[in-house]
Amino acid sequence: MTTKTLDGVAVDVNDEGFFEHPEQWTEAMAPVLAKEQGIDTLTDRHWTVLRFMRKEYAEHGTGPTVRVLGKTSGVSVKELYELFPKGPAKLAARIAGIPKPRGCI
Amino acid sequence: MAHRIVILGGGTGGTLTANRLRRRYRASEASITVVDHDDRHVYQPGLLFVPFGLAHPEDIVRSRRRQLADGVEFVEAAVDHLDTDHDTVHLEGGASLPYDVLVVATGAVLATDETPGLTGDGWMEKVFTFYSLEGAAALEAALTRFERGRLVVNVVDMPIKCPVAPLEFCFLADWYFHERGVRDQVEIVYVTPLDGAFTKPTASRALAGLLAEKNVELVTEFNTGEVDGAGNRLVGYDGREVPFDLAVVVPAHGGAPWVGRSPGLGDSLDFVPADLHTLQAEAKPNVFAIGDATNLPASKAGSVTHFEGEVLVENVARFLAGEPLDATYDGHANCFIETGFHKALLIDFNYDTEPLPGHFPAQVGLPLLKESRLNHLGKLMFQWFYWHGLLPGRDIPGITPAMPAAGKAALASH
Repeated sequence: MTTKTLDGVAVDVNDEGFFEHPEQWTEAMAPVLAKEQGIDTLTDRHWTVLRFMRKEYAEHGTGPTVRVLGKTSGVSVKELYELFPKGPAKLAARIAGIPKPRGCI
Repeated sequence: MAHRIVILGGGTGGTLTANRLRRRYRASEASITVVDHDDRHVYQPGLLFVPFGLAHPEDIVRSRRRQLADGVEFVEAAVDHLDTDHDTVHLEGGASLPYDVLVVATGAVLATDETPGLTGDGWMEKVFTFYSLEGAAALEAALTRFERGRLVVNVVDMPIKCPVAPLEFCFLADWYFHERGVRDQVEIVYVTPLDGAFTKPTASRALAGLLAEKNVELVTEFNTGEVDGAGNRLVGYDGREVPFDLAVVVPAHGGAPWVGRSPGLGDSLDFVPADLHTLQAEAKPNVFAIGDATNLPASKAGSVTHFEGEVLVENVARFLAGEPLDATYDGHANCFIETGFHKALLIDFNYDTEPLPGHFPAQVGLPLLKESRLNHLGKLMFQWFYWHGLLPGRDIPGITPAMPAAGKAALASH
């Protein structure tokens, strides 16, 4: 585990850069996290997905998989890949400050 | 009045639950009814062997009804939906079944329609699945004709039944083409949505090593967006393409469609949310779920269902007696992984402990995470045990529902 500073606040992240403590995340940190992943601007559509991820995490203790996102977030899998290239579930989890989705067993 | 216990699904979980409950209650104490839409019980672990001619479709199917103990009623009908408010199952055709306790054991279904093109051009000609009896049988004929080219094995999305089966398919394909003397003309490629060969780190490394050893190419983090049969390629959502001459696809899975028609019962994939340790459904206290039908973070596998069975039956009884439930199911799974050439690997794990090296069930036993002939024999013997031990609801001597720690080197000091 390491500590990094985002928006002037120290947060704990794991070796892969996922938040250890989602409660340390604030919306102001998201644009910084997005830039680190090569997303320069967060649009309303990005925010739809990020807020959905936060809500899912709060309710189920894990972020949803891409397939579940596509069925339930109101954003299709195709668009999810346009918004978060190279893996929406992981990328959106990273930017939304929640742990890596458990996904599958 | 006798308790009315209704079990939806006459597969592994439904059958073993019915038979265990029948031993627990006299006929005057409880009626036990099993509902399924047909009378064909498929030994699903056998599907892996059919494409290679190592099992025949007719050998792995038996009557569902005949696996049920005397005194268990079998209703051959499809479920329309469940009304948990009125504790009633509605069957297709209009009949209904009231219950005091319901067990959901309708497993997982293949969601082939969720992948564009999968059942389009080339389906059952050069694009197959071995996750159905018809698919496995058709693939056998196609493999017989296949002498050169690129064989792509693709898992569309997790969760799937028996998450090791697609890897086993690669290992057996390697062996099969070796035996036929054409292995050097066949490329084998394993394409997975995971970031490694398997879900758990230690086993993932061991299995990735085996794939490399057997010259199977590994493509990771591939989310299949389309199967283009006419163009002989898989297209990923991220734009990557994987060309094939023969594609063996494990479709995305969902729960039984009736779950989706039952208000408040299932999740977005129609699996039934249930308590990790008691198997009681979140929907209502008198509903329980077992096996592939649940949303539990455990493998969708017969061994999991078998281990769940004991806890489930205990909890049905405790619920009916008004006692607190037994919260001891630990996610225990135990899987043989066929690696070809008369060898197999064995893995044993639960919710908290990933598959580790060592021996099962104790220091003297079958080697874990290591190829051996003994494990292969274990897998073959298991088919006999399935029909004659597991389904009748008998325990395996020395094998408990809880995962054993003895024999796992890394845990022995605890």
